Amino acid sequence: MQFNSTDNYIASSSLKQAVNAAIMLEKPLLIKGEPGTGKTMLAEELAKSLDTELIQWHIKSTTKAQQGLYEYDAVSRLRDSQLGDERVHNIGNYIVKGKLWQAFTYAELNGKRPVLLIDEIDKADIEFPNDLLLELDKMEFHVYETNERIVAKERPIVIITSNNEKELPDAFLRRCFFHYIDFPSSDEMQQIIDVHYPNVKQDLVRQALEVFFNLREANGLKKKPSTSELLDWLKLLMAEDIDAKTLHDKAQKGGLMPMFGALLKNEQDISLIEKLAFMSRR
Amino acid sequence: MLVQFFFKLREYRLPVSLRELLDLINALKKGVIFADVDAFYHLARTIMVKDETHFDRFDKAFSDYFSGIADLDLLESLKQQHNLPEDWLRKEFEKHLSDEEKAQLKAMGGLDELMKTLKERLQEQQKRHAGGNKWVGTGGTSPFGAYGYNPEGVRIGQDGNRNRQAVKVWDKREYRNLDTDREIGSRTIKLALKKLRKFARTGASDTLDLNETIRATAKQGGMLDVKMAPERHNAVKVLMLFDIGGSMDDYIHTCEELFSAAHGEFKHLEFYYFHNCLYEHVWQDNARRHSNVVDTMTLINKFTSDYKVIFVGDATMGPYEIAYPGGSVEHYNEEPGSAWLQRITNHFDKVAWLNPQPVEHWPYYQSIGFIKELMNNRMYALSLDGISRAIKELS
Repeated sequence: MQFNSTDNYIASSSLKQAVNAAIMLEKPLLIKGEPGTGKTMLAEELAKSLDTELIQWHIKSTTKAQQGLYEYDAVSRLRDSQLGDERVHNIGNYIVKGKLWQAFTYAELNGKRPVLLIDEIDKADIEFPNDLLLELDKMEFHVYETNERIVAKERPIVIITSNNEKELPDAFLRRCFFHYIDFPSSDEMQQIIDVHYPNVKQDLVRQALEVFFNLREANGLKKKPSTSELLDWLKLLMAEDIDAKTLHDKAQKGGLMPMFGALLKNEQDISLIEKLAFMSRR
Repeated sequence: MLVQFFFKLREYRLPVSLRELLDLINALKKGVIFADVDAFYHLARTIMVKDETHFDRFDKAFSDYFSGIADLDLLESLKQQHNLPEDWLRKEFEKHLSDEEKAQLKAMGGLDELMKTLKERLQEQQKRHAGGNKWVGTGGTSPFGAYGYNPEGVRIGQDGNRNRQAVKVWDKREYRNLDTDREIGSRTIKLALKKLRKFARTGASDTLDLNETIRATAKQGGMLDVKMAPERHNAVKVLMLFDIGGSMDDYIHTCEELFSAAHGEFKHLEFYYFHNCLYEHVWQDNARRHSNVVDTMTLINKFTSDYKVIFVGDATMGPYEIAYPGGSVEHYNEEPGSAWLQRITNHFDKVAWLNPQPVEHWPYYQSIGFIKELMNNRMYALSLDGISRAIKELS
């Protein structure tokens, strides 16, 4: 099992190495990086390149660790008991499997290690990672209601992403490998664009990249545009059939770039760039 | 195996434990990488370091540990050797050397000696060469060539996939900016503020209270009786008073960070501005500070004493601005600022003052000592450590 860049995902050599180490040593891999640098994409592409199932667990602020294991649907059991349903005698009918359970048992049923994505773990409550320590370490847990033990015979490949909104506890970090996705350089960016939009006009891309990296260098932006914003912007430029010359002229004359809404997501940033453009024109 | 490397990392204050070391050894045993120092760098970083803010420390430790083993790149300089003046070349060359490397060069007889020998060898040598210990080539122990392990070596001609790393990756120290030891960011402030969490259930009942439902249902002999409860949330109430304008302009960025962190963390957050010292008026909109003011007395009447009060200000002003009626620089105040500060500290149970001035400057300003006294010594620096201590005092 080796991970490589795919048709539509460019992975740096250090990222490949981190992923391969995590696969080989069966450890969860924690991925951090600026928003929009392809953290979630990585899990999708990894599943695709290994030709296996991707099990996604998206974390919200209200998500509890228990929900990843299983949930006991007490309310429907109560309801069934009122209606005299036969199912009510078996508590197992009301145990709803969570994502971790699915991932732990997937390999046994399908003969392939699945990829389990725990997306944006930092959105959950600060205690959330601590509640998953044993489960991620031993890849097993206990179902109290049915007195069952769920053990992963073959461990799933676990990818965890974080946007740094909350710091993760040390004990949790010790159980993971860690990789920080750097912002791609200009060359890597060109590769990424080639992969996504193979037929995009060369000089348009060059011009757009120039505008984009200039924009990232502007001081004081609240939210710097990232790869996914650049790709969206290029898509818009192509859809509107704006050519490189127009883009260049706009940049020279000052004023905002066309379709700036795809790049700048904050009205303060927009007014800042407008001001900068105005000043450079004078 | 790797024990020395492990202790080198600890020496650079990286929080590594035995577990990571065992993982790394296991990775090497399983053959994730083999005999490639760059790959080892990435692998070790993936396994040993769990936070990008520690990357810089890791780079330094790695460079320290491996400085004897890796060598340097001369390819670019050599390519231009024939059409560039030697002085310039030497300067370019020295730019790439670290201090230890320069010391090692001296051991070889200095840069001149090394360059001379290199030139001679290049002239003597006609064919491609690998291995051995004299000729320029790859994989050998000669001081010249690539992938070799002579500590005094000169790296020549590493093309292909390795040329991205002309300068050693760990010596580039790309992650210097991320080291947060000195920096204060809203994320870290949030974490400090988090200690002030006090969960309580108030408001509308909107989540199912399972235990209560089961209990009530059992009581009714099995007839379903659904009970709801309000959701838990942070019930701490905070009142923040910011000093604004004048000498505070230098700290505006830090204050912004603090404000945004506090805003995200507390549901009940009230904030007001004052200038230099608290007088009879505060305001919420700085643009309309003269037309739209709130009496400080209203604050005391409006907010209950369980509100935690946090002052943010540099407390740097003339002592008369605190002690005398009419001392304010902006208007005529009938009562001294100290009276107002005392009223606040008397009314609210928990009050703290955060001061963005560096602690070591405090003794030089009489007014800081004055305010500190009025706050019963509860003045803390606006640093992570200071905020943590203030929060401890407040909770």
